[in-house]
Amino acid sequence: MTGMTRRSFLRTTAIGGAGLVIAFYVPRRTVAAVAEPPKALPPPDAFLRIAPDESVTVLLAHSEMGQGIWTTLAMLIAEELECEWSRIRVEHAPAAAVYAHTVFGMQMTGGSSTTWSEFDRYRTVGAMARDMLVRAAAKRWKVAPDQLKAEKGHVWKGKEKISYGHLAEAAAKLKPPAHVTLQAPAEWTLIGKPVPRLDSREKTTGAAQFGIDVHFDGLRTALVARPPVFGGTVKSFDASAARAVPGVEQVVQVPSGVAVVARDFYSASQGRDGLKVEWELGPGAEVDTARLLADYRQLARSPGPVALEKGDCDAALGGAARRLEAEYDVPYLAHAPMEPLNCTVRIEGGRCEIWTGTQFQTNDQAAAAGIAGVPPERVTVHTPFLGGGFGRRANPRADFVSEAVHVAKAAGVPVKVVWTREDDIRGGYYRPMFLHRIEVGLDPQGVPVAWKHAIVGQSILAGTPFEGMMVKGGIDGTSVEGAVDSPYLGAIPARRVSLHSPRNPVPVLWWRSVGNTHTAFAVESMVDEMAHAAGADPLRFRTALLGSGPRHLKVLALAAEKAGWDQPLPKGRARGLAVHESFGSVVAEVAEVSVEKARIRVHKVTCAIDCGLAVNPLGVEAQVQGSVAFGLGPTLRSALTIKAGRVREGNFDDYEVLRLDEMPEVAVHILPSQERMGGVGEPATAPVAPAVANAVFALTGQRLRSLPLRLT
Amino acid sequence: MNLHVNGKTHEVDVPAEMPLLWVLRDRLGFTGVKFGCGMAQCGACTVLLEGEAVRSCITPASAVGSGKVTTIEGLSPDGSHPVQLAWAEVDVVQCGYCQSGQIMAAAALLASKPDPTDADIDRAMAGNICRCGTYQRIRQAVHRAAAMQRRATP
Repeated sequence: MTGMTRRSFLRTTAIGGAGLVIAFYVPRRTVAAVAEPPKALPPPDAFLRIAPDESVTVLLAHSEMGQGIWTTLAMLIAEELECEWSRIRVEHAPAAAVYAHTVFGMQMTGGSSTTWSEFDRYRTVGAMARDMLVRAAAKRWKVAPDQLKAEKGHVWKGKEKISYGHLAEAAAKLKPPAHVTLQAPAEWTLIGKPVPRLDSREKTTGAAQFGIDVHFDGLRTALVARPPVFGGTVKSFDASAARAVPGVEQVVQVPSGVAVVARDFYSASQGRDGLKVEWELGPGAEVDTARLLADYRQLARSPGPVALEKGDCDAALGGAARRLEAEYDVPYLAHAPMEPLNCTVRIEGGRCEIWTGTQFQTNDQAAAAGIAGVPPERVTVHTPFLGGGFGRRANPRADFVSEAVHVAKAAGVPVKVVWTREDDIRGGYYRPMFLHRIEVGLDPQGVPVAWKHAIVGQSILAGTPFEGMMVKGGIDGTSVEGAVDSPYLGAIPARRVSLHSPRNPVPVLWWRSVGNTHTAFAVESMVDEMAHAAGADPLRFRTALLGSGPRHLKVLALAAEKAGWDQPLPKGRARGLAVHESFGSVVAEVAEVSVEKARIRVHKVTCAIDCGLAVNPLGVEAQVQGSVAFGLGPTLRSALTIKAGRVREGNFDDYEVLRLDEMPEVAVHILPSQERMGGVGEPATAPVAPAVANAVFALTGQRLRSLPLRLT
Repeated sequence: MNLHVNGKTHEVDVPAEMPLLWVLRDRLGFTGVKFGCGMAQCGACTVLLEGEAVRSCITPASAVGSGKVTTIEGLSPDGSHPVQLAWAEVDVVQCGYCQSGQIMAAAALLASKPDPTDADIDRAMAGNICRCGTYQRIRQAVHRAAAMQRRATP
């Protein structure tokens, strides 16, 4: 389906009658009968197609990158539509304003927000389709719609039935309902039940199409030689050896470097190896992470913009019976999704067509339009499966898409730009390095009376289009989330959180669970230090402090109970815990560790999560297990170091991530909860580092304050 | 040269040192085989060569000779290999990108060790990285596949 937008495809099909489409042009006044109406009403476009072959195709406004929404959003529609689950097909929607996030306003996947933000819209779409199908059947039978019921893919009049496939065409011609009533939770047959993934088969047979698998006649592969330091530019280059490589067709300069365009990956990589490029390095060559950390330590002792202040922190610290102070630091991290970044672009006949695994369709569409010189509506974005995202494929600067459009434009042929693993790991857009300095004052009983917290690290949002909207008073909310909203701090009378956001040439970005990756480590480590200073059990100390956070108390209690917190462990093992709220969910984790020859081994992580309603508990369990694994990499191993501007790590041999032989048993307990629905893709990531660090302290007496944790 | 892939012989005109991975993907269209690292660190490119799991990203095309190559596309005609079935039953996949390699590594393991222990699985599968962190379910699914295989071959 090339050269044709999804929308025009839908229209053509509807008119041609080859496939029946229920296109939802939902009146803006349609309000679902729910306690809390959707913030944005289902927009006027197609979310659902029902075909004569009885297939029910759900269009996803978000990207499937492993988190399971391919299944979850389909469940929401199917719950209301009363279709047969086996008839469900799923497709990614094209880039279009109508698929904008119901809360964030742009088409995107992130912030662990897909399921809660679509909970009403997708159910409403299903209910509207059911209503139209029932009315179509009523017309055919010449009875009132309330004489009929919809069930198992058919509309029923007593024992007579007509299938949805047979009704779809007539239903599509009806006016969409102005009002629908959604099923009560007691009637749900899918929501809340463990439902296996719909994408298992294609992902276990090699059939699943990722961006890197896109192929069509005339498509070329390109690799780009990028500067060895961030912000560098091309001074000059000699492409003679590169051009001599069989299969290499063109060498073109683009803003990010020099692209070698060839008939396949192998030729392009051989060609790139043969390129001789002189670089203008610029200030990026000065970056040195060891020096940066030393600078951050200095900065943390100077006043910075205040993110949170209550009481007189300095006076309370001065008058405290006891003071603790500690610095915690975390390094730059690459996302390193298993599918290396790639983007396919074809510019032809005043149109630009893009195939790429993106979390940011409309953002990338706009960037591509600007470069290709066409209006955004003439840029088609196809989203294949994403081989992992973790935030890397949600770049406000649209780096990998923009670059590919530049290459296709310069080369004048359709091009797939592929990044190698080294390109990815050395390519920037990292979780920023951060330093936290925390000073705490305790009263004679060990109760905290002051919390003074300085955070130092680059702003993710600075310099992006989101800066104006999301950075307030010098505070990038993503740098302090998880600290300023910590219920522990709410319980301490004098508290201050300040932030320094130094700039440097290293590009940074959100990395699964964003600021929480470092704030949870710092806060939950310090709370543990306070517990030990007070001679208190870490669980009881937290419970006493968390008066204002009942959700925290519940998951803490559940995790502690399931982990057997008060049960003795064999010699050589110890437990540590952490609890943290992020993305609307609260997760407590108890880690059980041992140390063998200075090597930390994590044997078990017991998790309790309160995410409100768990739409698909099987998926929630998978996300929690996966988040723990993702968080354990940087807890135990992953770190990037930069010297003279060069990122020293380059592949999985030196940028180590968690492997199967280090995967602990992760037990996931979902708290039955009436709380507002939160996210599950990220919230279990952040608590694991402090839980493990706290366990290591319990076992060895060594308080490790740097990630990755290294025993001396 | 001639390559024997998934039961068919393919004639390809490629440099001798071209990695099997790129011959399979770019010349023969077996895109189920994945590129992840290019240096045998992640296992995404795992295929079977005469039944043994090999990293196709560092295997030169010329080293394959007359050996029979099996990719994920050729593991079973209809996705019914016990490992594939177990993967679906246990709901292993997330993004899915590494899973071709995981499945091929598991299939090779089960061919040589029909009833692997957790330690066997750790040894055989530690070379296959999954960034989504599906490892726990991979372990479960390997055991499940072993049980299925035992039932199928008494």
